Amino acid sequence: MRPFSVNSLTDGKQLADIGTFESSRFLAGGTNLVDLMKHQIETPQHIIDLSRWDSANNIDETDDYYQIGAMVSNTDLANFAYQRKDLSVLSQALLSGATVQLRNRATTGGNLLQRTRCYYFYDTNQPCNKREPGSGCAALDGFNRIHAVLGTSEHCIASHPSDMAVAMTALDAQVKTINTKGDTRSIPVRELYQLPGDTPHIETVLAEDELIVAVKIPKKKRGTQTYRKVRDRSSYAFALVSVACDLTLKDGVIADISLAFGGVGTQPWHAASAEDFMRNKTASSSLYEQAVDLELNPARGAGGNDFKIPLIKRTAAFVIQQAVEHQMANPGHQGAIHAR
Amino acid sequence: MATITINGQEYPLPDDPRTTLLDFLHQHLKLFGAKKGCDHGQCGACTVVVDNERMNACLLLAFQLEGKSVTTIEGIASEEELHPLQKAFVKCDAFQCGFCTSGQICSGVSMMNELQENNPSTVWFEPNYSEQEDIKERMSGNLCRCGAYANIIDAVNIVRQDKEVS
Ligand SMILES: Cc1cc2nc3c(=O)[nH]c(=O)nc-3n(C[C@H](O)[C@H](O)[C@H](O)COP(=O)(O)OP(=O)(O)OC[C@H]3O[C@@H](n4cnc5c(N)ncnc54)[C@H](O)[C@@H]3O)c2cc1C
Ligand code: SF4
Ligand code: FES
Ligand code: FES
Repeated sequence: MRPFSVNSLTDGKQLADIGTFESSRFLAGGTNLVDLMKHQIETPQHIIDLSRWDSANNIDETDDYYQIGAMVSNTDLANFAYQRKDLSVLSQALLSGATVQLRNRATTGGNLLQRTRCYYFYDTNQPCNKREPGSGCAALDGFNRIHAVLGTSEHCIASHPSDMAVAMTALDAQVKTINTKGDTRSIPVRELYQLPGDTPHIETVLAEDELIVAVKIPKKKRGTQTYRKVRDRSSYAFALVSVACDLTLKDGVIADISLAFGGVGTQPWHAASAEDFMRNKTASSSLYEQAVDLELNPARGAGGNDFKIPLIKRTAAFVIQQAVEHQMANPGHQGAIHAR
Repeated sequence: MATITINGQEYPLPDDPRTTLLDFLHQHLKLFGAKKGCDHGQCGACTVVVDNERMNACLLLAFQLEGKSVTTIEGIASEEELHPLQKAFVKCDAFQCGFCTSGQICSGVSMMNELQENNPSTVWFEPNYSEQEDIKERMSGNLCRCGAYANIIDAVNIVRQDKEVS
């Protein structure tokens, strides 16, 4: 690890006192950043430590929204969301990720901004445009079984690894930020990420000095919620493909649906075309298949990951079908299909 | 002075902010119980308990833990006798080379608390929930290269069901 200096924030507003931000990084739980610093993939000269920022550890609830502080741990958020039927998909997604040890340490802000698990991004002997702009992409002709099929470019096909972010995308959460000038803004998670294009090292719309303060999830009546993760082993593995779905059926018609995919996109994938195609139509298996086909129309495999296209299609159709059946049998149902 | 408590004793934090908790335990305190398997958060051999929560010591920068209280395998037993889970590991032959064992035990001890607090696991959303699958999922952050898993689960079960270990 390269040497660095440290400032600890105890309040988001303190950011303004830090002044220049060059070659700095925010350090939350460190489960991703410390790993990348050990590999010297990230080499910040300065660390802004968030571990003393106590006010960012709260979850606030009003009639209209939940507000989750950036430093709330993945465990605490999963436990909280488990108790709320309208946040079930978030709990399911969080609990499917990593391990208890990691979730105890990982934070809400850090989880959203964790970086790809592309093998070549981690191997500093290989060309990688994300790690070293302009060096090339070893994954295009390499082992690309875990890589993305949606939102890719000829410069990068890395998939976004987060499970939580897929659920946040389905729930249409907003990210609240502050920068070193004290300016604040709110960004929908659906607009937080950037496609790789020819700048795969730029992953989000956040500025270098922009700190995530909280994530806000709108409160509303939701429907049957599922997070389905398909992976190489049933625990402690990143998603090959995953589906987050929140569906409400009224008189056999899909009255409302939120759908997001993980593992297949260069960013948590909001399946907006599929949603629009299904909304206010009578539920049927051919409807879901057509809708998902429409979403997957631009999907392109790179060889090793070709299987993800039929796999995400089948997984999404299965999840939607299951939710529809559950809504038919339990009109007005909210939450997970099975929960203890 | 910035300090950290380890197994009940207070120590000054290391000067170099790059020091992980795991390296601090090994190189500064000569506490070698927590093991370095991968050093990247992937194996669980370094699992310790920080303020009642299990974490991977290899990914924790020690400077972030000012004022925290850490329990390592060296602090799991009482002065007089082994922790029930340690006894159960002996009884069930729950280790072969023993490299993963300190992490398994720290993890298992924390898991008992998590079960008591009714913390959910992903298995709770499965249609065919089983307690055994639940335990396996909760212990999945601790890999065992020797494959002693079946006996590890037996050991955990003994303690969880509060059976007397002789
Ligand atoms: C072995 C292993 C398995 C894993 N498996 C999964 C899995 O299956 N599913 C999954 O989703 N994840 C998985 N993870 C990833 C894990 O969820 C992330 O590492 C974690 O969520 C990151 O959170 P953190 O607080 O530790 O972030 P950090 O490592 O502290 O930070 C990550 C990034 O976010 C930035 N950042 C952090 N907080 C803020 C903030 N408030 N504002 C602005 N920037 C910020 C940092 O600068 C850094 O760039 C796994 C990790 C490991 C090591
Ligand atoms: S896919 Fe992206 S992250 Fe992976 S090697 Fe190519 S440029 Fe790097
Ligand atoms: S050494 Fe820490 S998880 Fe492997
Ligand atoms: S007993 Fe050898 S690694 Fe587990």
